Amino acid sequence: MREVLEGSHAVSEAVRLAKVQVISAYPITPQTHIVEALAQFCAEGSMDARFICVESEHSAMAAVIGASTGGARTFTATSSHGLALMHELLHWASGARLPIVMAEVNRALGPGWNIWMDQSDSLAQRDTGWIQLYCEDGQEVMDTTLQAFRLAEIVNLPVMVVLDAFFLSHTYEPVDVPEQELVDRFLPPFVPKIRLDTNNPFALYQMAPPSVYMEMRHDIQMAMEQVEPLFKEIEDEFGSIFGRKYGAADGVDCEDADIILVLAGTAASTCRQVISELRERGEKVGMVKLKMFRPFPKALFRSLLGNAKKVAVIDRNYSFGATGIFAQEIRAALYNHTNRPPVFGYITGLGGRDVTPEILEEIFKMTKERVTPEAESVWVGLNKHLNEMQPDPDKQ
Amino acid sequence: MTYNIMPQKDLMYSGHVGCPGCGASIAMKFALRALGEKTIMVIPACCWAIIAGPHPQTSLKVPILHTAFETAGAASSGLRAALDMQGDRETTIVAWAGDGGTFDIGFQALSGAAERNEDFIYVCYDNEAYMNTGVQRSSSTPFGARTTTTPGQGWKQRRKKNIVEALAAHRIPYAATASIAFPEDMIRKFQKAREMKGGTRFIHVYATCPTGWRVPTEMCIKIARLAVQTNFFPLYEVEEGIRYTINHKGNRQVKEYMSTQGRFKHLNDDDYAQIQQMVDADWDLLGRKAKM
Repeated sequence: MREVLEGSHAVSEAVRLAKVQVISAYPITPQTHIVEALAQFCAEGSMDARFICVESEHSAMAAVIGASTGGARTFTATSSHGLALMHELLHWASGARLPIVMAEVNRALGPGWNIWMDQSDSLAQRDTGWIQLYCEDGQEVMDTTLQAFRLAEIVNLPVMVVLDAFFLSHTYEPVDVPEQELVDRFLPPFVPKIRLDTNNPFALYQMAPPSVYMEMRHDIQMAMEQVEPLFKEIEDEFGSIFGRKYGAADGVDCEDADIILVLAGTAASTCRQVISELRERGEKVGMVKLKMFRPFPKALFRSLLGNAKKVAVIDRNYSFGATGIFAQEIRAALYNHTNRPPVFGYITGLGGRDVTPEILEEIFKMTKERVTPEAESVWVGLNKHLNEMQPDPDKQ
Repeated sequence: MTYNIMPQKDLMYSGHVGCPGCGASIAMKFALRALGEKTIMVIPACCWAIIAGPHPQTSLKVPILHTAFETAGAASSGLRAALDMQGDRETTIVAWAGDGGTFDIGFQALSGAAERNEDFIYVCYDNEAYMNTGVQRSSSTPFGARTTTTPGQGWKQRRKKNIVEALAAHRIPYAATASIAFPEDMIRKFQKAREMKGGTRFIHVYATCPTGWRVPTEMCIKIARLAVQTNFFPLYEVEEGIRYTINHKGNRQVKEYMSTQGRFKHLNDDDYAQIQQMVDADWDLLGRKAKM
C-alpha cells in the first residue's frame, strides 16, 4: 500500500513488518520519531515485542546484545552522540557475531551542539565490524531495513541502516509499504545459530587468550567477505517479490564519463538532477551513489570508476588530520588498480549545511578546471566572512 | 522456626583459577546451590569473568553471558526480554558482578534496571576494590583502607557507598545483604529471591579477598564472619524499599575485624575510634529503620 511517510516512519514500519521481538532504545534527535512510533506499536499491540526504555545508548546496545544472545530478533536506533556512546559495544556486537539491526540517523558531533546532517558519526564507527548501508530516500530506507534483518541473520554480523538527519528522517515521501504476507515470505522468523539455553549450558563472549583470538577476528572478516555477493542475492529475491533493487553502489552515466561524482545519502538525489542537466549541456559526467560502505565494495568501485579521467568524491564528513573518509576509501580501493584516475576530494554539507545543485556544479567545475587536485580535500561552501571574524590579539 | 535443608547439588566445577581462599568462589558455590539449574548468569568484567574460565572452557554448569563492564543491568534486561518473548518464564536471570561493576561503572545500568523493576536477581559479590585489575579503590572500598590508588598516607578517607540503601530507594521488591560466613542465611535469601519472580531482587554478598585485603588465605571465612559480628557489614533485608528486617545483631568492636587485615594496618587508635563511631551511627540508623 502506498503511504506518505516520514523517513523515520519508513524505519518503524519496516521494523514492525519484520516482527522484531525486542527493542531497546534511548531518545536522541533526530531518531526520536522512530522509537516513539515503535513504542506506540508495542503499547497498542500492533507489534508483539518488548520495548525496553533504557537509561542510555550504551545500555540500549547492551540490552539488544543480551536479547539477541537470548534468541530474539532485535532492533535499536540512534544518532551522533548516542552512537558515539555505544562505540565500545558496537565492537562487542560484531565480535559476538550478533545479527542486530540498527537505524543510524547521520548527525553531526559536538561541540558545538548540532542536530543536523553530517556523516562523521557513522563513519567514525567504520572499524567496528558493522555492515553499513546508506540510504537516499524513504523507499530505500524501508526496503533496506527489511533486507538488513535477512542479511544480518545469515552472516551473523550486525547491520547499520543509515539515513540523513532531517533531509531524510523528517522528510515526507510516498512510500510503498509492503503487505505483511509478502514480508513474511521474504523474511522468515529468526532462528539463531547459537542461543543461551539452560538445557545445554555453555559460556559466551568469555576470555580469549592469544592462542584463539586472532582466528575469531579472521572469522569476522570472512563473514564480511560474504556480504557483497549475499547482498546481491538478497536484493535479487527482494526485487522478484517487491520489484525494487538498489545495488551496493548505483552508477549513473559512468560508462563514457570523463568525470564521475561519488556521494552518499540524500545529496545523491540532488546529484542525479545535476548530472542530467550537465549532460544536456554536453558534459561527459556521471555519478556513483554509494550505498554499501562496509564492507567496502572495492571491485565494484574499480569497475565503475576505472575508466574515468577524474573522480570527485563528496564527503559530508571529515577525519581530522587526514581527509574526507569516502575519498580515503576510494583512493585505497583504486591504488592497486591498473586504471587509477586522480581522486579530487571535497568537503561540504557538514552540520546540516545544504548540498545544493549549485554546490555540486561548482564541484564539477573545479574538478574539470584542474589537472590534479589542489589539496587532498577541498572545503566547499565555507563562509569566509565567518572565518575572518576572529579577534586580532594585537588590536585588543 | 523453619529449617531449610541445605541443598547439596553443586553447579560449579573445581579446578578453576580463583586465588586460594577466594571468597567470591565460595559465594558462587552457595548461590548456585540455592538457584539451581534453570539459571543463566550474566557476568561483566570482574574477577569472576576470569574464574569462569577462558575459551573453550567454563567452570559453571549453567549458561553464562559474559558482558562488558558497565552493562550487567542492561544486558540482563535484554536477555530477560528475549526469554519472555520465547515463552520461557522458568529460567532465572542472575547478574553476577563485582563491586566495581555494581557501585561505580555499572551503577547506571543497575539503577536503570532497578527503576524499571526488571525481572532478575542482581548479585554483587563485594571484595571492596577493583581486585581483578590489581586492587585499585572503588566506591565500595571502606573508610580507612589502603589500595594501590589510595596508597600510603592517601588511604581512603571517604566512607563506603551504601549500595543496599541506594537500591532500596528504588523501591525494588527485595534487597538484602549476605555473607559467605553465614551460609544458611545466604542460601535462604537466594532461594527467597529465586521464588520472588517479577521484579528486581538485589543481594549484596560480602566476599573476603585474601589477596587484596592482605590476610592469610585460611582466614577467609573467619574474617567474613567478624565483619558481621562487629556490625561492619550487617546482615539485613529490605522489602519494597521500606520494610527492614535485621538478621543478626553483632556485639564486637570493629578493631577486632579490621586489625586482622594488611589493608588496615596503618590505622591508629584515633582512626579506630572514628571508625567505631561511624559504624555505631550506621547501626543505630539501621535499627531505627527496622523499627519504623
